[in-house]
Amino acid sequence: MAEQKQHPRPLSPHLQIYRWPVTMATSITHRATGIALSAGTLLLAWWLIAAASGPEAFAKFQAAAANPIGEIVLFGFVWSLAFHLLNGIRHLAWDLGYGFDVATANRTGILVITLSVFAAIAVFIFAYKHGGLHL
Amino acid sequence: MSLETPLHRVQGLGAAHSGTQHFWRQRITAVALVPLSIWFAVSALNLVGAPGSDVDMFFQHPMNAALMGIFVVILLYHMVLGLQSVIDDYVHHDGWKILCLLLNRGFAIVVGVASIIALLRIAIG
Repeated sequence: MAEQKQHPRPLSPHLQIYRWPVTMATSITHRATGIALSAGTLLLAWWLIAAASGPEAFAKFQAAAANPIGEIVLFGFVWSLAFHLLNGIRHLAWDLGYGFDVATANRTGILVITLSVFAAIAVFIFAYKHGGLHL
Repeated sequence: MSLETPLHRVQGLGAAHSGTQHFWRQRITAVALVPLSIWFAVSALNLVGAPGSDVDMFFQHPMNAALMGIFVVILLYHMVLGLQSVIDDYVHHDGWKILCLLLNRGFAIVVGVASIIALLRIAIG
């Protein structure tokens, strides 16, 4: 027994050793955006409570949303929702047995990342143009 | 040879006694949230920059109030299930795990009740 311990056995390296495949990145991002959206439910509740509480409370919400920090938070929220929604559809397709081979999963992963960024930018362009939001 | 009793095997509920319940409910709420969150995103986008009275008018329409109520409840349930998976994966100490699971549900109940009351106040006036 004791002699065997003198020969170090090969160890499996931990996660940070590996090059990140797209599927690994989308997987952990799905979880991270889910957690971010959980915090975002507070914004949703705040929005509803402010609307219910009258013009003054609602003006406060709008001022916070139009603040640069508020806009960054909102952009993160919108992108998180876009990513989690699109990647969620990808997960549902996998559950049904579609697109689970490596090549397709890599392609849909890149598609989801690209589309989610475009969707978030499109939402903000629309908000600036039609919603009277100021940069 | 399996040490599992035949009764346990046919029940198919596994070691946690809940079988695929968590998995299945996560998927069902996910499917429901696909159209609901698209509806919410489009509605919210139309209300960007609008005064609070426009938001009130939107939710005074019964259909919009109903959809928003359904959206909030299913969203929060999906959130509880998702965060529960995260807690199960990363929190190993039993005491902390139970505390986190309770806070998870408590958070959802508080946010849900606050949102529904706000929604009712707007819808009923």
